[in-house]
Amino acid sequence: MTTRRRFLGVNWLAAYVALYVAFLYLPILLLPLFSFNDSATPGFPLSGFTWKWYESLLDTPAMLDAAKNSAMVGLAAAVTSTLLGICAARAMTRYRFRGQRTMSGLIMAPLVLPEIIIAVALLLVMLRLGLELSLLTVALGHVLICVPYSVTVLIAGFEGFDRSLEEASSDLGETAFGTFRRVTLPMVAPAIVSSLLVSFTISLDEFILAFFLTGTESTLPVYIWGQLRFAARLPGVLALGTIMLVLSFILLTIAEIYRRRAARRANVDGGLLA
Amino acid sequence: MSVAVEGAASGRAPGRPTLLRTEQRQGLALMSPTVLFALVMLAAPILVVVAHSFWTQDYLTIDRTFTLENYRTALTEPIYRDLLMRSLALSMSVAFLTVVLAYPVAYYVSFHGGRYKSLLLFLITIPAWSSYLLRVMSWKVILGYKGVLNTALLGAGVIDEPSTAFLYNSNAVMITLTHAWAVFAILPIYVSLEKVDRTLIEAATDLGDGPVRRFLRVTLPLTVPGIVAALIIVMIPTVGDYVTPRLVGGKDGVMIASAIEVQFKKGANWPLGAALSVTTMIVITIVAASCVGLLRWAAGRIR
Repeated sequence: MTTRRRFLGVNWLAAYVALYVAFLYLPILLLPLFSFNDSATPGFPLSGFTWKWYESLLDTPAMLDAAKNSAMVGLAAAVTSTLLGICAARAMTRYRFRGQRTMSGLIMAPLVLPEIIIAVALLLVMLRLGLELSLLTVALGHVLICVPYSVTVLIAGFEGFDRSLEEASSDLGETAFGTFRRVTLPMVAPAIVSSLLVSFTISLDEFILAFFLTGTESTLPVYIWGQLRFAARLPGVLALGTIMLVLSFILLTIAEIYRRRAARRANVDGGLLA
Repeated sequence: MSVAVEGAASGRAPGRPTLLRTEQRQGLALMSPTVLFALVMLAAPILVVVAHSFWTQDYLTIDRTFTLENYRTALTEPIYRDLLMRSLALSMSVAFLTVVLAYPVAYYVSFHGGRYKSLLLFLITIPAWSSYLLRVMSWKVILGYKGVLNTALLGAGVIDEPSTAFLYNSNAVMITLTHAWAVFAILPIYVSLEKVDRTLIEAATDLGDGPVRRFLRVTLPLTVPGIVAALIIVMIPTVGDYVTPRLVGGKDGVMIASAIEVQFKKGANWPLGAALSVTTMIVITIVAASCVGLLRWAAGRIR
């Protein structure tokens, strides 16, 4: 065990950590707080509880359109990124081949590049190719930044995967596809669900790529960006932001539960095939 | 589809050498869709940007004669040079501030977290699960003239009139970015703290080192890899940040990303925008590499 010491009877370190955590939570707790505040400008003292900012969202067609766009882009990005992630994660955990490190480096690169560089590079290529900027180009951009997360989550699911189960399946006469569907897929299903949820959430929350790559239609963050110019719309934006916050938390919590389940299952050496 | 490839390949793999070669091929085949996607969507676009940075905008067309003019503009034109320097200074300060503030937190979780370790890490990670744009927006609301901080301070009687000092300056950018990247600094430092062999610290104690000396000579040097990772993870993305400077930065918080955006949108000078992007990338890489080198050297000296 480590030696523990306190200075002057006060645990300054613990106090600092508490303060720091408060700092971390401050902005995400104030957003919901002021979305229920009955005042056009967020500030203290609070003037009263209201649902009206949430109600006002319902008769804002532009917001509803943006929500629909975000859902479509998110769904497309999540499915594509998970499919690409499955290929890469399976290849990286099951095989050893030349160039593997370079390739995985390339796939993971979007994590460490400034987003503006990715956005500008994609925009330039799309414009040069004469592609119409649309939700499709946004979804393509989102797939690029979601893949690293999908791969990370899926690798946890594929790691320690007992290959003898698949061999047994094919020995018992299953076709390659049958083996995949009836043995491999159920084993990695939690990781797949987790990857879908994580990439959907990233796409839902992503602003820069959507801002650069969208045509006339906007996703929710792009819509919010447009609204920020008008001070009068701020309470509505806070309400919308709160909904998005809650949605992100719910989706990522479920994703985390599935990710842990996947990781736990991967560590069990095949005995517990539930 | 990928499974069909595997199945077909393993069907005809009788001898060992062939098996190895098919292993290679199977792996490559399975990896290829994702790699191809990354090549087409990332590597190729970046090469296109690099190529454009050597060309010239000629009204609506691009003149493809090789030129370094864009780089000359990017590096010598006062606006761009100043923006680049300011972005670098800001991203470096943010990275150092974030690491300095995050280190004690990571230390506490790793050394005193006990059985609450994973709960604490979870608590720290949650705020990062929200949209970046929303968090920046929230800081704007907090720091504004009639904002949360001002009205709270007024209410508490700390100040008599709202202060304009909080929003629309580089401090606002620093606060927002330090908040946004906190977790990305805490996690790598935490990981390196976890790797510190606790018996080394005991040995230092037994040999008569006090807590401060023990920390400076054992723990800190051993966690340099985590500090380095944290610095890089924070520094590189923040240099190109667009949202924070635009929302809370005001006039003296403008950063290079805004200039890049203008060249690709309103300004319509793609080659210059490309040169600005490439310059930013190269300069931040050099700066990050020298910070890393300096830190490693310093860590070597402490011991």
